[in-house]
Amino acid sequence: MTTWSPASIWAAIVLIGVCTFTIRLSFIYLFGRLDGVPPRVEQVLRYVPAAVLAALVVPAVVTVESTLTATLLDERLLAGAVATGVAWRTEDVLATIVLGMGTLWLFRFVVFA
Amino acid sequence: MTHRMDGQKRLPPDFRAGIRAAGPILVGIVPFALVAGITATNAGMTILEAVGMSVVVFAGASQLAAIDLIGSNAPFAVVVATAVVINLRMLMYSASIAPFFQSLSTRVRTLLAYLLTDQAYALSIAEYTRNADRNRLWYYVGIAISLWLVWQVGTLIGAVVGAGVPASLGLDFALPLVFLALLVPAMKDRGTTTAGLVAGGVALVVTAVGVPLGLDLPVAAVSGLVAGLAVDGWREQ
Repeated sequence: MTTWSPASIWAAIVLIGVCTFTIRLSFIYLFGRLDGVPPRVEQVLRYVPAAVLAALVVPAVVTVESTLTATLLDERLLAGAVATGVAWRTEDVLATIVLGMGTLWLFRFVVFA
Repeated sequence: MTHRMDGQKRLPPDFRAGIRAAGPILVGIVPFALVAGITATNAGMTILEAVGMSVVVFAGASQLAAIDLIGSNAPFAVVVATAVVINLRMLMYSASIAPFFQSLSTRVRTLLAYLLTDQAYALSIAEYTRNADRNRLWYYVGIAISLWLVWQVGTLIGAVVGAGVPASLGLDFALPLVFLALLVPAMKDRGTTTAGLVAGGVALVVTAVGVPLGLDLPVAAVSGLVAGLAVDGWREQ
């Protein structure tokens, strides 16, 4: 649960929104006055989705415990492993969510209950 | 029903073609939008804030990242910077689609820019290069408006549902699941796979060790970028 104030949340929303809109408008607005995205910037941008998403996913799924068994027998890790397999085979967001949540609930409410 | 049909007939054909082209994708973004709403309220945001974010930002992956980080009380600058970096890819879409919007007024182009998403870009650019007779404006608007509507309604429904669901269900876990579903196809070659693996590994280490100022995510993400560049080699251009 966040302890952010509503003012901070709205400030973040507006700031992200303005920056995102500026990015979207950039070349559409300045067409002819800009040369296009420099190749080096384009090359770095290629890695952004994989790097940022992995940095978000891994800590949310893996919790390092004092023993290897405790680390591996974690409902989030097991659900994340199933979801990774589903995402890899199907590339389908809905199937990944459904089977991932299903696995989480299976361990939380049945196996480890 | 007949009234609706009449209304559809009065719409420009290229607008309707755009809506039809967006159809399959709309089905795909529904769960994504629901998760944005559910997890926003689970993270402690209000329904208005959840929907407000969808209207103001209108960019799924960055919204989910922001919700995730706000929920874990990350520093303000980290939340904003992460969301903006995720959206930097749209510079390339803007550059690529700009020539097709050249003849339109600034006001119209401003609206089209607000509606620019991965899906609207990909579908439109494919059609523009395939079919020169297509009305570019109406086709794009047909796609973009339907995506916008589904995204807003989906977020609203998700936020209302999320506000009434017990926390013990752990619906917040849907967020990393969506990230996983986006991450796996994003690791498509040697460089991007290395970037993902290194960023994930470093993220785990810095979370365990503890990094000051909430810089866990930037440290991990930048490590991934550098590793990807190192593997592919800095191309001299």
